[in-house]
Amino acid sequence: MPYISNTPEERRAMLEKIGVTDFDQLITAIPPQVRLEGLLNMDEPLSELEITRRIQQQTCGDVCTQAVNSFLGAGVYDHFIPAAVDAIISRPEFHTAYTPYQAEVSQGTLQFIYEYQTMICELTGMEIANASMYDAASAIAEAILMAVRKNRLTKAILPATLHPEYLRVIRIYTEGLGIELLTAPSKDGLIDLDALEAMMDDAVGSVVLQTPNFWGNIEDGEAIGRLVRKNEKALYIVCASPISLAILKAPAAFGADIVVGEGQALGNNMNVGGPLFGFFATKLEMARQMPGRIVGGTLDKEGRRAYALTLQAREQHIRRAKATSNICSNQSLCTLAACVYMSLMGREGMVEVATQSAQKAHYLAREIASIKGFSLAYPDAPFFNEFVINTPIPAAEIISRLLPQGIYAGVDMARWGNDHQLMLAVTEKKNKADLDALVKALQEVRDV
Amino acid sequence: MSKTIFELSTAGRKGYTLPANDVDIPLDEIIPAQYKRESKARLPEVSELDVMRHFIALSHKNHFIEKGLYPLGSCTMKYNPKIHEVIARYSCFANAHPYQPEETMQGALSAMWELQKDLSEISGMAQVTLQPVAGAQGEFTGIKIIEAYHKAKGNTHKDTIIVPDSAHGTNPATCSLVGYKVKELKSDANGRCDIEHLKTLVDENTAGFMLTNPSTLGLFETQVEEISRIFHDVDALIYMDGANLNALLGIVQPGKTGFDVIHFNLHKTFSTPHGGGGPGAGPVGVVEKLVPYLPVPIVSKNDSGYYLDYGHEDTSIGKVHTFYGNFAVLLRAYVYIKMLGAKGLRRASENAIINANYLMARLKDYYHIKHPEYCMHEFVADSSWQKKANGVNTLDIAKRLLDKGFHAPTVYFPLIIPEAMMIEPTETESLDSLNAFADAMIEIAQESKENPELLHEAPLTTPVRRVDDVLAVKKLDPIFPIKN
Repeated sequence: MPYISNTPEERRAMLEKIGVTDFDQLITAIPPQVRLEGLLNMDEPLSELEITRRIQQQTCGDVCTQAVNSFLGAGVYDHFIPAAVDAIISRPEFHTAYTPYQAEVSQGTLQFIYEYQTMICELTGMEIANASMYDAASAIAEAILMAVRKNRLTKAILPATLHPEYLRVIRIYTEGLGIELLTAPSKDGLIDLDALEAMMDDAVGSVVLQTPNFWGNIEDGEAIGRLVRKNEKALYIVCASPISLAILKAPAAFGADIVVGEGQALGNNMNVGGPLFGFFATKLEMARQMPGRIVGGTLDKEGRRAYALTLQAREQHIRRAKATSNICSNQSLCTLAACVYMSLMGREGMVEVATQSAQKAHYLAREIASIKGFSLAYPDAPFFNEFVINTPIPAAEIISRLLPQGIYAGVDMARWGNDHQLMLAVTEKKNKADLDALVKALQEVRDV
Repeated sequence: MSKTIFELSTAGRKGYTLPANDVDIPLDEIIPAQYKRESKARLPEVSELDVMRHFIALSHKNHFIEKGLYPLGSCTMKYNPKIHEVIARYSCFANAHPYQPEETMQGALSAMWELQKDLSEISGMAQVTLQPVAGAQGEFTGIKIIEAYHKAKGNTHKDTIIVPDSAHGTNPATCSLVGYKVKELKSDANGRCDIEHLKTLVDENTAGFMLTNPSTLGLFETQVEEISRIFHDVDALIYMDGANLNALLGIVQPGKTGFDVIHFNLHKTFSTPHGGGGPGAGPVGVVEKLVPYLPVPIVSKNDSGYYLDYGHEDTSIGKVHTFYGNFAVLLRAYVYIKMLGAKGLRRASENAIINANYLMARLKDYYHIKHPEYCMHEFVADSSWQKKANGVNTLDIAKRLLDKGFHAPTVYFPLIIPEAMMIEPTETESLDSLNAFADAMIEIAQESKENPELLHEAPLTTPVRRVDDVLAVKKLDPIFPIKN
């Protein structure tokens, strides 16, 4: 049997030591009528060679983003990942370890989380970060719940420019707790500031901003921050793209109280959309209201520098029904990838990744906008590395026409209600030839 | 101690290469000045070799499965086969985008479809959602499904979920998150649900019951059928916390024994690596009448292939994850299940149970065991003898185990056993490694008599000595003060 060491002889010897002759004597607590008779109805077991062959057959028609010219984004991004990232995260010392409860034999995990927390705070301008949430969506949800714990105000304003899938997750996390979610409308691809101003009142407990927003546009975090401050109790929750923060203002600089975001772009593969990880950072004064694992520096018995999980009194295993969250895991291995990635890219590399992504995206946007029939959906909004275009024919048709040419033309916005729009993401991995190939293909679509 | 990566930084050093930019648009033209960062984020400036040495040095300070036995109760630290890692890195999986056309990801979707099917069979449920990304999120999803069922039936008065006192903390925390009140059920003298107490708790307002089976005491809930009757009589649903499913593979199908909802911890039972705390995956299975409430999408199959099925959108609870869950984790579990098959899964549970009972047999003369009957895949010993006789507690024993090259058991849990040590060896440990662990535990019992001070001092040989976690709270230090 795979992965079972004991031989039949050893098994017999063990049963004898236990004091039984047969396995069934060990499970007499299970009433016979609830036991399964016979075997589960499943495929015959496969050897390592057979499962490998089967999966290769199963996937021979699959075409991953590396085999084509892909412009897919909308929450997960195809940034370059240096080889050293996988060399570290594939070490069993990291990937088969458990949550670092026994600090003395978990200093490796604890220290990289501490370093990761530091990097996230450096990017966001915050003072404390947790060891991660499941994804940006649940991180925003947890941020809203944290705001309610802090100020007891149950109205939360979400922008119409938020990722619609994040909204769905936020809704399910907040709906049972009497939290009212309001939508601040958009205008020309950005939050409508006048409308938001009119919505701000004393009952608003939190305002969420996503920047760059779902459509890739950079919001005016400063102006929105000023509106949020109209209610001094309200917390300002900013969901930011971590790569963009290498060149864009840290949300702390425009008054954010909690900064969250999707961390996948930091050294993690896209993996059909999971695992992702949500980073979560805030101000020290709110540390005790935070969800999730937090690592802190401390000393060992001999006064040496050491690390430990800290502020655990907030958590479910101690506070049970009164915990700040039910979260028990973190996305530790994903944060390790992020930590190694940010170490390798470093101060200059992160800026270069962000700059190249933005420049190439803008080159592509200008070229596409110049094709007759195509236009930018939000021509006046500044954007980072993702943008929406209006298409002369349904986006679905463009996608299927470009597919045989080896191009994933972008995300069809029909999914969220507009079938003549396509959203395109560009990273540093694209070169000019890739971008020109898409432009040429789109021109041909128009010419047909 | 190791320096932090920030202390290794040298201005101008680089650890990456990128192609030269062949598109020339000045950044000033595209990002308005007022949105720009004023100074660069102070990330480290280190070489690739610096990075490798740093993180390898850190890795040496961790305990991990390949280093030694990891007997954490209810965590199921079984060996994680390496073929999982190879397959998870295939480009068609690792580099697939969730929004690429379905016809270009049939292999990935078929793996998900097969996993839904196999988990349904293993649990005896009608259908499974793979979307929840952790056990606790599986619980949340399951309780939301129970809530949706009651809403659809007009059971608006149902506002309470019952949770045993031996349950994981996530159970009551989950109920609160959904908006339910929690009533705590006592355990009886045999470590099972106290049925008499249960009868006093259950009424028309009861929405459901969360039961971990086998319980965190490693005991099967013998009265599972009666419990099921009591709840179903008031139209309450029963949720099985599948944390301990490693005891039941091919032995009991929970969906056929009265449970309505179950979550799986793929990182426990189905051998996906724990990753230092995550990512895991917490799929949820349900009986037929709850299928309409599952999150969207599930993976379905028709004549033209596999597809993401949003068909039950109108009745679904919605979404708990941005996309379809932790695909790369699901994939590892899929490979594991396909390699074990029905016989292998049954064998895994049998051996998990034998290994646990064997350890209990070896330790029962040295440590107090409150419920000494045959256990399932884990058992709870405690240090009450050592504490009374020599002032040695569970923390001391746990720390001393670290000196001897083992990880500690789950300690001080379940809460109903003072000084608890919850021990789960899993099926992948050999007789030799079980004996080595038992010998170490017995030595420690001996040391507690002869040299209790040694145990208070432990650990002595680990990368750091006992860590002051009170100080970590008092003088909160969550980030490194970067100098430049």
